[in-house]
Amino acid sequence: MRLPLSWLQEYAAVELSADDDAGVAEMSWRLTNCGLEVESVETVGHDITGVIVGEVLGIEELTGFNKPIRYCHVSAGDGQERHVICGAGNFVVGDRVPLALPGSVLPGGFEIGARKIYGRVSEGMICSPAELGIGDDHTGIMVLAPDAPLGADFVSYAGLRDVVFDINVTPDKGFALSVRGVARELAISYAVPFTDPAGPVPSAVTGAGEGPGGAYPARIEDPTGCDRFVLREVLGVDPSAPTPLAMAVRLARSGQRSVSLAVDVTNYLMLELGQPLHAYDKAQLVGAVVVRRARPGEKLETIDHVVRELDAEDILIADDSGPIGLAGTMGGVHTEVSESTSDVVIEAGHFSARGVARMSRRHRLGSEASARFERGVDTELQRRASARAAAMLAEHGGGRVVPGCTYASVPVEPITITMDAGYPDRVAGVAYGTDTVTARLRDVGCTVASASGDRLIVSPPSWRPDITDPADLAEEVIRLEGYQNIPVHAVRAAGGRGLTGRQRLRRATGRALAYQGFVEVTTDPFASAADFDRLQLPADDARRLAVRLSNPLSDDEPLMRTTLLPGLMRTLARNVGRGFSDVLLFEFGLVFRPRPDGASFAPILPVDRSPSASEIAQLEAALPDQPLHAGVVLAGNAAPAGWWGPGRPAGWQDAIEAARTVLRASRVRFAIRTAHYEPWHPGRCAAVVVQDCEGREQVVAHAGELHPRVIAAFGLPVRSAAMELDLSVVEAAADALGPRQARPLSSYPVAVQDVALIVAQAVPAAKVESALRVGAAQAGDVLLEDLSLFDVYTGDQAGEGHKSLAYTLRFRAPDRTLTAEEVAAARDAAVAEAVRQTGAVLRSG
Amino acid sequence: MSAPNNTYDPVEVAALAPDAVQRIQADALAAIAAAADLDQLKAVRIAHAGDRAPITLANAEIGALPPAARAEAGKRVGAARGAIRQALASRQAELEEERDRRVLVDEAVDVTLPWDRTAAGARHPVTTVGEHLADVFVDMGYEVAEGPEVEAEWYNFDALNFPPDHPARDQYDTIFVAGPDGAERSGVVLRTHTSPVQIRALLTRPLPLYVVSPGKCYRTDTLDATHSPVFNQIECLAVDEGLTMADLRGAIDAFVTAMFGAGLQTRLRPDYFPFTEPSADVSMQCHVCRGASTRPGGQPCRVCRSQGWIEIAGCGMVNPRVLVACGIDPERYSGFAFGLGIERSVMIRHGVADIRDTLEGDLRFSRAFGMEA
Repeated sequence: MRLPLSWLQEYAAVELSADDDAGVAEMSWRLTNCGLEVESVETVGHDITGVIVGEVLGIEELTGFNKPIRYCHVSAGDGQERHVICGAGNFVVGDRVPLALPGSVLPGGFEIGARKIYGRVSEGMICSPAELGIGDDHTGIMVLAPDAPLGADFVSYAGLRDVVFDINVTPDKGFALSVRGVARELAISYAVPFTDPAGPVPSAVTGAGEGPGGAYPARIEDPTGCDRFVLREVLGVDPSAPTPLAMAVRLARSGQRSVSLAVDVTNYLMLELGQPLHAYDKAQLVGAVVVRRARPGEKLETIDHVVRELDAEDILIADDSGPIGLAGTMGGVHTEVSESTSDVVIEAGHFSARGVARMSRRHRLGSEASARFERGVDTELQRRASARAAAMLAEHGGGRVVPGCTYASVPVEPITITMDAGYPDRVAGVAYGTDTVTARLRDVGCTVASASGDRLIVSPPSWRPDITDPADLAEEVIRLEGYQNIPVHAVRAAGGRGLTGRQRLRRATGRALAYQGFVEVTTDPFASAADFDRLQLPADDARRLAVRLSNPLSDDEPLMRTTLLPGLMRTLARNVGRGFSDVLLFEFGLVFRPRPDGASFAPILPVDRSPSASEIAQLEAALPDQPLHAGVVLAGNAAPAGWWGPGRPAGWQDAIEAARTVLRASRVRFAIRTAHYEPWHPGRCAAVVVQDCEGREQVVAHAGELHPRVIAAFGLPVRSAAMELDLSVVEAAADALGPRQARPLSSYPVAVQDVALIVAQAVPAAKVESALRVGAAQAGDVLLEDLSLFDVYTGDQAGEGHKSLAYTLRFRAPDRTLTAEEVAAARDAAVAEAVRQTGAVLRSG
Repeated sequence: MSAPNNTYDPVEVAALAPDAVQRIQADALAAIAAAADLDQLKAVRIAHAGDRAPITLANAEIGALPPAARAEAGKRVGAARGAIRQALASRQAELEEERDRRVLVDEAVDVTLPWDRTAAGARHPVTTVGEHLADVFVDMGYEVAEGPEVEAEWYNFDALNFPPDHPARDQYDTIFVAGPDGAERSGVVLRTHTSPVQIRALLTRPLPLYVVSPGKCYRTDTLDATHSPVFNQIECLAVDEGLTMADLRGAIDAFVTAMFGAGLQTRLRPDYFPFTEPSADVSMQCHVCRGASTRPGGQPCRVCRSQGWIEIAGCGMVNPRVLVACGIDPERYSGFAFGLGIERSVMIRHGVADIRDTLEGDLRFSRAFGMEA
């Protein structure tokens, strides 16, 4: 909301010059501190010098140019005739015009000189409104009133020097979308008198539905959409009457375009009072005006020339011909005032905030009017605003006001709030006392009465529909007393339990991956079916079932991700594109999996009580599963090359190791298995299995080298690898683990045994290892302290289709030195189990 | 010699004669001095102090002397052995020192050579700053609460006192989730703020309640240098008996001190959030220029754009209507909340000029922060 200082000062008696920078800064500070955030302060008119009121003495039309050019003889009031070139043709001899003589400066530092143009010497220029910084009209010269004093300084004459405050009005403060509302706040802040621009309610009022003889007839058919509706008539208005300069300047300062006198008057009063008004061409109205809801199949062409299909909920202004306006939002094109309108009907209504909000949203049509109705308009302004509009139109347009008005109204229950007088004190932590509280509430316009038990009965003013609760009253008191005066209390210790195990684990997991060389990134959480195709997902893959957005940021990505991998792969490709060859990335993020049996709608529950358990369950049933995943992608070298030699290429091993890293951090027991799963290479994919918190075996991760087709589809380096893991399951399983228990440390000697086992190529090493462990565990109290695979051999000696796995086994007993026989027995037990489970053959020698 | 040595046998005990012992000692000392390196000294040790060395043999002869002569001979031989041992030890030390000097110098390396054989990993500053922010609250006794990102509208708006169709909802440019049947509205949205976690906490946790909730939020903002449609917020909520705006200010000041250092003023100005009443926005004195940029002649400040203040958070007293929607008696309990953007905190604290740097996943961005921002 743009508010000129001069306009505010008309109603709030603050002494302040537009040239007083410190004073202007203070006003800005005061506005912000009472809740009207000043986003910018613009000084206007100061950049114009030397423009005076001139008169056109004669016009020579020049020909031979590609557009009409006028060579004008003008007077500056000093008895000397000057000549200026002008390209506009909207003025006649005798008109008073703004004249910029050589040496003048126009907005933007544009200096005017005498120069030769179109073959003549132009001694300055005559100006359009745009050239003077008042509005964007540059099509014609600004023609002034005939009584404009010849030779006067135009800036002072037009009141151009001003300061414009641009205020960011929050959605609760409808009253601040007006000079009236802001001036009242200023008057409170400066403790100066406030004059209400709305004036008193005019006395002559006709009843609803009054017939011929009074103002134009009207009625409210749907009281849920409108509770106040006023029509007034002004007859015989000169359609070509110009808008007075002062009004045009203020409209321009407030960012409104000047259209015609009738429209300008309604806009001017909307800005001044906050009451949207509409002017109809009476000649186009057919029968009584009615406020009602739309009927099936109705359409309306609004003044923005869009034909709108109406919805049964739309609140309409209609006459016998059908809809003529969207109430409080935009009028219809057919009944708008035109260049030939002489009889004007002025409408001032009070429409349902919610109804206007829904309508403007439905039609994607926000207007100055709808913005005000949505935020709440004063219910007692309609007669006053319409009376002023009629009077102004008559005054400036030469019309005659039809006495009285049509006033249709629905009784509105007044709001009263009972509040403990000490409540604002308790909210702020400041002892204001009842007197201050009462005075502040009266400042904002409330009626305050005392009741028993130190309670106040407060009626908010008609312009503050946002005040409904004691908390709203407390805010009024506290903001006017100043937030800066609230003390600072030392923090009370709350006695929390710190981070949960899951939260600590998440941090530990992130650090573990980072210490392995992975760099954490965040990727775009949106997805598309095309991604699923690029991932080679089968048609029935669960990851194809995704949450769909109604209004996605990009139509190309209308879904929420079901896997982290596409985002990570794109980020990998971006880094490679930026010249990084060794890229190891990880991300933690939610993925979204609709429940196959999920509800299709989450109800909007009441808010006047807490929801029941079953109501909460209804909400949850409509939400997708949202597990936290960890993903990694990697390409290039896992260990960098350097002066020590070549790097170690990243591969499937590193991806699987990343899963192990996460699981080791969690302490959850896991097993690695061979798997086939998209988007991984079918021969280089591992599944990681854990026991979940309920003891069921569950696959929590896949890892390995990506499928070559996926690598190609995402433009990744060959042999890129990836891992994706469900951290939610791991965290839950880790949660179920008790604290780790320590083992006693034996100080007896270790016995080391190496064994080499030949197994078929297809036998996974993990299976051999687990069999060795199981076997060793059967060997009494001899502890297999450690087992490590130190060689994998696939040469001739292993035999065709076989491999040799060589392990070092370290045995130790808790209470004695193991004998050679005991060690051999333990080793043999381990090998025997491996032979039994995997068909391994002990390699001799 | 003394008188009792009259049975002295000059043949059998020649090696024990004083001059003989002296010669043995002199030979040994000369050999030790002549040993040029540790290997030679090792040979000398065997030759002159080993089992077959003259002095060792001489020592063995002592037993053959008459008892009266043993003491004197023993003393003589002992002295010689001591001298040899000492010479060996000092020559050993000399030679070792010489070897160390030579060899360890030869083995010198360039210790400035890099050895970063593991790739440099890093965590994202939005993660680590988010943790830091949460830790500040956890240290004040808050607990970290989390909630879903795809959220029911009721949690995201209605329960937070956003009336249906109120323009306040328009400020939270919402991304709506379509119904499974394709319906445009399903009562489910991408959460526009972390405040729905407040509702979840109020509905499930016992009072008094002190929680902080970090998390990802979504709005249909256009991506530019300071706005991202996907961003992270962190929000604290305290509900207890007798909490006031003065307590809110205390929490804010403690938070600013922990994040940005001591002695920075904070200021509250009226604002509007449906779920708090009164509501305010929080600014802190610029932690870089501390307001100096606003004084005459002050250097311009890039961080606060020479405003002297930086807007960091929104806050307010929990609207009693929110408490009612969660079944909490607003007559007995009051609360405060404040929330801020984590990306914005990263940008303010670490001088990140463009929010897009936090989103693109460029290795260089996270790497510059390492493990902890």
